[in-house]
Amino acid sequence: MGFFELQPEEWQALVLTLQVAATALCFAVPLAVAVAYVLARYRFPGHGIVNALVHMPLVLPPVVTGYLLLLLFGRNGPVGRFLAETFGIVFAFNWTGAALAAGVMAFPLIVRPVRLAFEAVDPKLEEAAASLGAHRIVTFAVVTLPLTLPGILGGAILGFAKAMGEFGATITFVSNIPGETRTLALALYTATQTPSGDLAAFRLTLIAAVVAFGALIVSEIWARRLRRRIGGADV
Amino acid sequence: MFKVDLKGHVGSFRVEAAFQGTSGVTSLFGQSGAGKSTITNMIAGILRPDSGRITVNGEVLFDSERGIDVPARARRVGQVFQDARLFPHLSVRSNLTFARWAGRRHDTRSLEEVVDLLGIGHLLDRKPGGLSGGERQRVAIGRALLSAPRLLLMDEPLASLDQGRKADILPYLDRLRSEAGIPILYVSHAMEEVARLSQTLVIVSEGKTIASGPVAEILSRVDLGRATGRHEASALLEGVVSRIDPEWGLSSVDIGGQVVQVPGLDAPLGEAIRLRILARDVAVATSEPKDLSIRNALAGTITSITDESGPYTEILCRVGDQALRARVTRASASGLGLAPGKSVFLLIKSVAIARRQRAPALGAELTDATGQQTLV
Repeated sequence: MGFFELQPEEWQALVLTLQVAATALCFAVPLAVAVAYVLARYRFPGHGIVNALVHMPLVLPPVVTGYLLLLLFGRNGPVGRFLAETFGIVFAFNWTGAALAAGVMAFPLIVRPVRLAFEAVDPKLEEAAASLGAHRIVTFAVVTLPLTLPGILGGAILGFAKAMGEFGATITFVSNIPGETRTLALALYTATQTPSGDLAAFRLTLIAAVVAFGALIVSEIWARRLRRRIGGADV
Repeated sequence: MFKVDLKGHVGSFRVEAAFQGTSGVTSLFGQSGAGKSTITNMIAGILRPDSGRITVNGEVLFDSERGIDVPARARRVGQVFQDARLFPHLSVRSNLTFARWAGRRHDTRSLEEVVDLLGIGHLLDRKPGGLSGGERQRVAIGRALLSAPRLLLMDEPLASLDQGRKADILPYLDRLRSEAGIPILYVSHAMEEVARLSQTLVIVSEGKTIASGPVAEILSRVDLGRATGRHEASALLEGVVSRIDPEWGLSSVDIGGQVVQVPGLDAPLGEAIRLRILARDVAVATSEPKDLSIRNALAGTITSITDESGPYTEILCRVGDQALRARVTRASASGLGLAPGKSVFLLIKSVAIARRQRAPALGAELTDATGQQTLV
């Protein structure tokens, strides 16, 4: 067996991590876009409170966030019980719980750049679209959203990185179950706690670095293409 | 044909506008901050007036009494903005056809027709980011034209362009005026553009429309000096190019039987043109002058003299059936014994017409018997 050959459980951790991060982003990105749009474009009573709530996972210790998730979404938590009884969705000690924790932790990191991107889109362009007969929803889809894409991409990359590496909230909420909730970060932690786990820890570190580096490169290429499409010029 | 009668406010700034426009160009003129954009934003449906009524071709866009407030997207008021506001991520072609694919508006004009009118065929596959200011404005005009507008609002479309670009785009505006077939409301604080393009002139000052009517008539009103700007005080003379003298580079323009010589005029024989003459470029003589370098001496009659306390006074004269303004010192007016009813000669340096007016070598409309605008 080669030095760098991955053990089955390491493969498992990698695949699980990608699955958890991708699932988290699938839900977190659209929600973050909606919240960022509302925060950027509307002023309403409670604007500051919504903004603070969005940023809570960023300032709370991850263990606290994980514990709150456990209280809310656990088997006996009010939301958790409701979802389990109505839709059969169970988060507790399940990989979906890991995805939820990752999504919640990544959420503020996605909202911030997306909100900045929305604020950078001149509302006058939307006025121009209206004068040409476009409905607000159409204007959002063909003018506002495309101009925000680089920001959304940036937010998604940050979110992906956070979701990949999430540790505290995940281990608190869904524990460290091999094949179910043991993501790369948790596997690395386990390896460091195991005598003679140094080699495994080294390989896991390498995987994490390669995945992160790859994601950065892909996003950079993508961002450049987007910027070129927008023309990189003022209006 | 459109009618505007509205009152409204933005913060503590109040506006009050009442005017109407026919086909051709109606200009909304006023200094910066006079409230022109507030008024046009209310017509476009971006701002809501407190009360009043706005109709275009008899169709009501806003009526506070009947509770009608058509949303901006349904008003069919095409807008051209100072900053063009092209969609930067879309090609010129997609920008032009935006109203068709995003707004479900279907214009009778074809894309080819508009592209030809504005000379933007070579830009279709480019992005707005790579266009010059003048090109962007032409695309913006085309985009508005292709949205099946009932009224075209142009808010300072030339203000962000330098002199050269302005000169590039003005001929397209001339063509637009004669070929668009819809009323145009043109907003500007540049008297030279307004004098060149419009049939109807509306003066805005401190949020209110203080005068409106045919452009030559409004320009010759001396009581509007404060709103139109002292230095800009001018009158329009309309005439026909009657002779071109290539040896001296002079064109003769027939103004109701009298002749004005204009250097460097780029207009063919028989073309109807408009000359804008600044009041400060006109001198007054009580007898026909001889031995003068000034070649233009128009016979006229004084109709009024402003009563001012400063060193200057303004003299309004009839020349045939047109009006001309002269700004002279109060001392010389008194020395010459100028008074209403007196016959005078009005002297205009040809050089002043050429340099200041950038020779409006354009087709001015004459109104024929059917009231149709025709290009002569």
